[in-house]
This record gives sequence, C-alpha cells and structure tokens, in this order.
Amino acid sequence: MSAPNTALPVFALADCNSFYASCERVFRPDLASTPIVVLSNNDGCVIARSYDAKPFVKMGAPYFQIKDTLRRHGIVAFSSNYALYGQLSERVMTLIESMVCASEVYSIDEIFCDLTGMPGNLTEFGRKIRAKVLKHTGIPVGVGIAHTKTLAKLANHTAKRLQAQTGGVVDLCDPFKRDWVLRNTAVEEVWGIGRRMTAHMQALGIHTAMDLAKADPFLLGRKFSVVLEKTVRELAGTSCLALEEAVPAKQEICCSRMFGVRLEKIEPIKEAVATYAQRASEKLRAQHSLCKKIRVSIRTGMFNPDEARYANGVLVELPYPTNDVRVITKAATQAVERLFRPGFRYSKAEVLLMDLRQPGEFTDDLFAHTQPAAADKVMSVLDEINKRWGRGTLRAAAVPAAPTWAMRRELMSPSYTTRLDQLWTVNAN
Amino acid sequence: MSATLIGPIASGGELLPLYSCQVSAGFPSPAADHLEKLISLDELFEIRAPHVYLAKILGDSMQGAGIFSGDLVIVDRSKTARHGDIVIAALNTESVCKRLYMRDDQVVLMAENPKFPPRYVMEGDELVIWGVVSYSVRDHEHSS
Repeated sequence: MSAPNTALPVFALADCNSFYASCERVFRPDLASTPIVVLSNNDGCVIARSYDAKPFVKMGAPYFQIKDTLRRHGIVAFSSNYALYGQLSERVMTLIESMVCASEVYSIDEIFCDLTGMPGNLTEFGRKIRAKVLKHTGIPVGVGIAHTKTLAKLANHTAKRLQAQTGGVVDLCDPFKRDWVLRNTAVEEVWGIGRRMTAHMQALGIHTAMDLAKADPFLLGRKFSVVLEKTVRELAGTSCLALEEAVPAKQEICCSRMFGVRLEKIEPIKEAVATYAQRASEKLRAQHSLCKKIRVSIRTGMFNPDEARYANGVLVELPYPTNDVRVITKAATQAVERLFRPGFRYSKAEVLLMDLRQPGEFTDDLFAHTQPAAADKVMSVLDEINKRWGRGTLRAAAVPAAPTWAMRRELMSPSYTTRLDQLWTVNAN
Repeated sequence: MSATLIGPIASGGELLPLYSCQVSAGFPSPAADHLEKLISLDELFEIRAPHVYLAKILGDSMQGAGIFSGDLVIVDRSKTARHGDIVIAALNTESVCKRLYMRDDQVVLMAENPKFPPRYVMEGDELVIWGVVSYSVRDHEHSS
C-alpha cells in the first residue's frame, strides 16, 4: 500500500474528447455513430473532428476541397456554433468544479484540478468525474492524474491514446507507470514542446519524453528558455507550475474575422471594423484595462492568383489611455479611411488593442488628458445593459444589427440551450 | 480562429428583498419582520443547474400526462430513470418523449394517448435514456 497522497501535490487534467464534435452530438442522438467535422468561421476549414472522422479528414483541410470526401464517407459538417460549445463547456466545468476544491479552467475544453491530499483511489475518482460529466451533459472526458501539471497533461494524452485499455483515466502518480509512459511518448507530444523545439531536441539526441525528463534542466534552461527548464523539471516529477485560479490580464486584445463575402466599398468595411472595435473594447473592459494604441489592418484574399492583392495596417495613438468604445470606434473607422484603396476586393479586417495598462498603473503627468469620469459611467451602463439584454443591444451607430458582410455559417446547428426559439425539439408521436 | 464565448449564465430570478432603512413616521409595518425570499421558478425547476435542460415537445402522444404539442419540458439528466418516469430517450437514434415501463424483464415506451400503441423495446433495439422529465410548461394564452 502506498503512503497517503499528502506530501506531494497531485493534479488532474480533465479534457473533453473531440469537444466541438461531441457538442454537436448531444442533441442529435441520430449522429451518435456518424462521423462529424466542425468548420472554422465562414466555413473555411476543418477545426475539429470526431474520433471516427479523423482517418478521413486532415485538421485544417479547406472545406471546399474535401466536400467529396465528406460525401463519400458520410461525414456530416457543421459551422462552428460557439454559443452551443460555450454553454456546454460551462456545464462541464461547473460539474467538475463542484467535485474538487480548487481548479483552473485552462481552455474551452480543459480544466486542471488540485487533488492534493485527496484520500482514496485517484483512478477511481477520475472515473467518477468521467461518469458524472457523461451522464449530466453527454460529453465524454478523459482524465490524466500526476504530481505535476506537465505530467497530468501527458497522462491525459495517454488516456486518450489508449482509450480502450485505460477507460479514459490514467494516473501517473506511480513512478513505474510514469516511466513507462515517458519511455513510450515522443518528445513532440510533451506539453509546450512545439515543432521548432522538437527539432532542437532531436539534434541533442532527445527523442522521447524520458530523454527530456533525464536531461539537465539547468543547461537546457540556459540554452533555450526558463519555460523549457520548468518542463524538464516537471517531467522529472518536481512541480513548478501551480494552478492559476485568476487569469492574468492580456497584454494585447485582438478581434479579427473574415467577411462572409468580399467587400469592395469602404462603408461596409467601416461597419465591420466598428463591430470588431466594439467587441475588442468589450474584452478590454472585461479585464478592467485601458489601451493607448490600436492597430487596424485590412487585406484582400491572399490565395486567389487572379485577384489583385493588398494588405495594409496602421497604428493609431489614442489621445489618452481609454476603454471608451466611442473613442476606440472613431479612431478605428478613421484608420480605415487611411488604409482603404479602391479597386480591391477585401476579405478580412483586424482590430488590435495594444499598449494595455491597468488603471492606476501608469502615472499621468499633471497636464495630460485622462478618460473623463463620465465616460467610465457610460461604459459601465453600456456593459450592464448588454449583459442583461444580450450582446449588441446597445451599440455604436456605426455597428449594424444585421450586417450584409456577416460570417457565412450555413451549416450551423440550432442554439439549443441559449435561444428559446431554437430549443431542442423532441417527438411525441 | 476567433472564439465568441458566451458569458456566465444570466442570473436567475432570485432577488433578495430590500429591507428599507427608512423609518416610517406612522405605525411600523408589521410585515417587515416577516420578509422572505422571493419565489423563483428558476430555482424550482433548477433551470440553471448544469444537468438540467429545456426541450420542446412536438406531437400528441403524451396528452394523457398533460403534455401537449408545443409544451416545454424540463429535463433532468442527473436522475436515473425508474419505472413510471416520463423520459426523453433515443430509440434507435430517434429522440422521443414517452412514459417508461420496466417490469418483468420487459421495457416498454408507453404513450399517454389511446391513439398511440405502446412501443415494446425488443432485442436489437437500441434505447438510450437521455433524461427524466421533471416539469412541463404550457402557454395557455397562445396554445389551442
């Protein structure tokens, strides 16, 4: 019998299997054994595949190129329905949070949990999480458990890879199991080791996760980065990354989208940029930051050889650090006037808020302008109204309610859980 | 890729009664000591719980149970279906709303309308219980 899990920290990573595709299945029992792919905004390319679609479709494949393949294998394609995924994600996270004492939502489909000191069999507990989430939401999750976050991520990866043998739960707290997994995992599968780093590692003769775990963290840290040093220590079993319960404020905020159709006139482009500026400023206020600079860019399609190409961006300095949607929108739409050249067919715009600061973090000089207090009030009322009545209820006049250039999402499933007029319907016949 | 996450679930109808600090010049309200929390349908239906879902029923087969075409049902996925429960189920991948009968090794999906025969679940059928219907909601102003 091993000692109780008191001394060492224990982390679990719960990760939803093929999350977007699983969401599409929750309200469609008829698709339980039909392969599914989910497309990016504008139905551009494949961003998610169900387990049974993976052999036939590559990640990132352009939709128009694979239409035939999809038909041939009976694969159903969906436009991304982020309202649905966000709502189901929230249900999954709420359920898991209610089972552990501390957790960190890492992404829309991943959550780290702190299991330190939890008595009993942890694999059994992982199975409990899995069973509860599956029953209450219909979403399958895998659970990886280990003494560090990096190893928990690896355990989760193993649970997914060996689904049949592991039942979707892997506990690597046992050093014997941990070493087996480290030996049988390629270095590029390790959390945080990208393609370029993999090449560096291979040049040093580091091919498996075990090779990396046995490398000298200090030397690798000096040669590459402190991030890599932590990865090495974590693989060897020393916890260096704690749960981050509060998300650190972002340094830059970006809102960029393809238009649903090519735009040739300046007016709709200004509308789109105003819309993106509004969304970006919402995110800015949500993290209580102010921004001093914005960068606006527009471009044509870049892949069609028959079309003239143009891409340009401009950096605009705002009069004072602000989160006022009116100031940001005005600056952004004026930037479009400077960028726009007639005669091109534009496909995409981007608004990037930069030079972000927290109020009170910067010293304004005595004579500098600051955001008027009245603007703070207007913005908080704006956010309050939009929170209660839905995004876009109150907006700048430059932002249209039903834009002609909106994203193409022709294959979108209903918003089953967030719209009364699109509720799931069940037959009683 | 840009993801639009919807924010936290909107707050339910749970308002705490405000206890006014104003002192009335006349006789103090005898109700002031008996203020209670307001009634919330969200809370009764558990509609904000992660395991509770809303669905709309189409069809007349559950009339006898008081569920009419167009009604909303509140579905609880956390409950394990027992004999006699009204369930949402997928029978051979088609989603249906029926009363569950489970006796003597026999599983039957019963309609609550004589026009609809009971559906015996046989070997080879695949039945997945999606959730148990806990409440139903009916719009009496616009339903016929």
